[in-house]
Amino acid sequence: MSLELTETVQSVVDGLSSEFSKALIEVYQSCDHAYFRVEADQNIEILTYLKEEHHFIFLCDIIGTDRYTSNERFEVIYNLMNLRTQDRIFVKVRLEEENPTVRTATSIWTSAGWFEREVYDMFGVRFEGHPDLRRMYMPEDFEYYPLRKEFPLLGIPGSIELPNTTPDTE
Amino acid sequence: MKMENINSKVDPKFFKEHQRAIYKSLEDKHTTIEDIDGEDPLNAKMILNMGPQHPATHGVLRLIVQLRGEMIEKTRIDLGYLHRGVEKIAENKTYQEFMPYTDRMDYLSPYSNNVALCTAVEKLADVDVPERAQYIRMICCELARISSHLLWLGTMVMDAGAVSYFIWTFREREKIYDIFDEVAGHRFTVSHSRIGGVANDFTDGAVARIKEFIDEFPNELKDWHKLLDRNRIFIDRNKDVGILPTEKALDMGATGPVLRASGFGVDQRIVTPYLQYDKVDFEVPTRLEGDNLARYFVRMEEMGESIKIISQCFDKMPKGPIRANNAKHAYPSKDEVYYSMEGMIHDFMMTDTGICPPAGKEVYHAVEAPKGELGYFIQSDGTGHPWRLKVNGPSLRNLQVLEHILDGEMVADTVVIIGGMDPVMGEADK
Repeated sequence: MSLELTETVQSVVDGLSSEFSKALIEVYQSCDHAYFRVEADQNIEILTYLKEEHHFIFLCDIIGTDRYTSNERFEVIYNLMNLRTQDRIFVKVRLEEENPTVRTATSIWTSAGWFEREVYDMFGVRFEGHPDLRRMYMPEDFEYYPLRKEFPLLGIPGSIELPNTTPDTE
Repeated sequence: MKMENINSKVDPKFFKEHQRAIYKSLEDKHTTIEDIDGEDPLNAKMILNMGPQHPATHGVLRLIVQLRGEMIEKTRIDLGYLHRGVEKIAENKTYQEFMPYTDRMDYLSPYSNNVALCTAVEKLADVDVPERAQYIRMICCELARISSHLLWLGTMVMDAGAVSYFIWTFREREKIYDIFDEVAGHRFTVSHSRIGGVANDFTDGAVARIKEFIDEFPNELKDWHKLLDRNRIFIDRNKDVGILPTEKALDMGATGPVLRASGFGVDQRIVTPYLQYDKVDFEVPTRLEGDNLARYFVRMEEMGESIKIISQCFDKMPKGPIRANNAKHAYPSKDEVYYSMEGMIHDFMMTDTGICPPAGKEVYHAVEAPKGELGYFIQSDGTGHPWRLKVNGPSLRNLQVLEHILDGEMVADTVVIIGGMDPVMGEADK
């Protein structure tokens, strides 16, 4: 597949394939943006490299997805932006279904804190070394991960404690 | 009082683990404020819960602050009181069916949200949108921006103590609501944009109303500038309050006017021009101070730029169709539906199955919503439903900044700083 890349993204492809040739699994393009799939255990090194060498200094979002496959079920996608050339790239790591864990990016960007909490809340992906890994939206008492595909749309009855609806009566 | 082991002093009745985890996290929060656990002979330390039912917090935002006298030492923000799981809902709806839900996310500027979803899906499925529809979207997006900024202005100035402002800005918002009523048939949650175009063209009445509005609004804006720009009380209240330093703005993930007030002119309309924003001429207001006053100036100037964009759009808007003429991509026009068999079948197919982007494709598309970068990440599996749809909302990102910049401020300034951040909980909580 041929790629149409801007100069900056092309230099990222070249840089990653020479510096991290073992960790870089695939590069592809979808709807104008380049996606880099890398080994999960190299994520922090690669993100730091992109920030420092290629000026991708702005972390816009961290996206979690559930691929619902038997191996490498979960995906964590980092949405990075280069403010100098205004390019956007996506760095992906894939994680196993059993105990999905990846190292946190909070050491590189403070903003990763809440993004990672959201992924943890929705998919149960744990971020190793995160300073405050609590659920983002659901209460701590909730046991499920709602955006996983097996979680039913209507929720699980009794999974969340609801307030008494008859006021002031014991 | 020593701020250790807060949990031994509280007795939560509801969501016990959740409350305990928040207090624990507040206790553990690292802060740069010095002398935090020093002696406290005056017994001035306390933990204060603000919200979720606090009127000045713009919705169901809950802050847990640790105070020493009047100074905030640490803050934690608790979200999720308005969590409806729209991303889960999206996976079970067709793309068009999901659009009304986007209205209810950032409910102060519903049109921007509609356009954000539609442009993302159009990019994913490679739909060509007629030029006239793009200009209609631009005009309505800018009106939505003004409407959202007007609400911010009214409530933020009210938080700072001037109640009459709220009434003036709401009078202008009312005019915008009337315009949307004429354009889309709804005042609040418009759902006017469609994948492949818009639902219907501007009526003559709507065009007249918008033109009247853009003629009159700059005068109002001028009056408001006169009242506030050099107002001693307002400046004292906002200057050097809630400073987000330039070097920390990117690190903390700020976006929109908050980022621009800290010195970065990042605007998606310039960075990745969508619709026809590359054809119109406008400026991106930027300030360097990063305080609340800078955010005020940025937003006020943005409203003026929006007026400029709208009037340019009217000059450049061509005549023509308002929806893609391709039955696989967009709804057919009602004339076709009522008077031809194919039209009716296509209408039925669009409602039942909807648009089916190619399998395995991914797209991220961001628009500049009034509050900042609003991005939709969509993964398609080839069916009419998205496999995964992620909303990257600006309110969430700005609230994360809020959690950091509140430390070290005075407790009386919290409501002003929240007002300056302009969060909408419908979007932050998804």
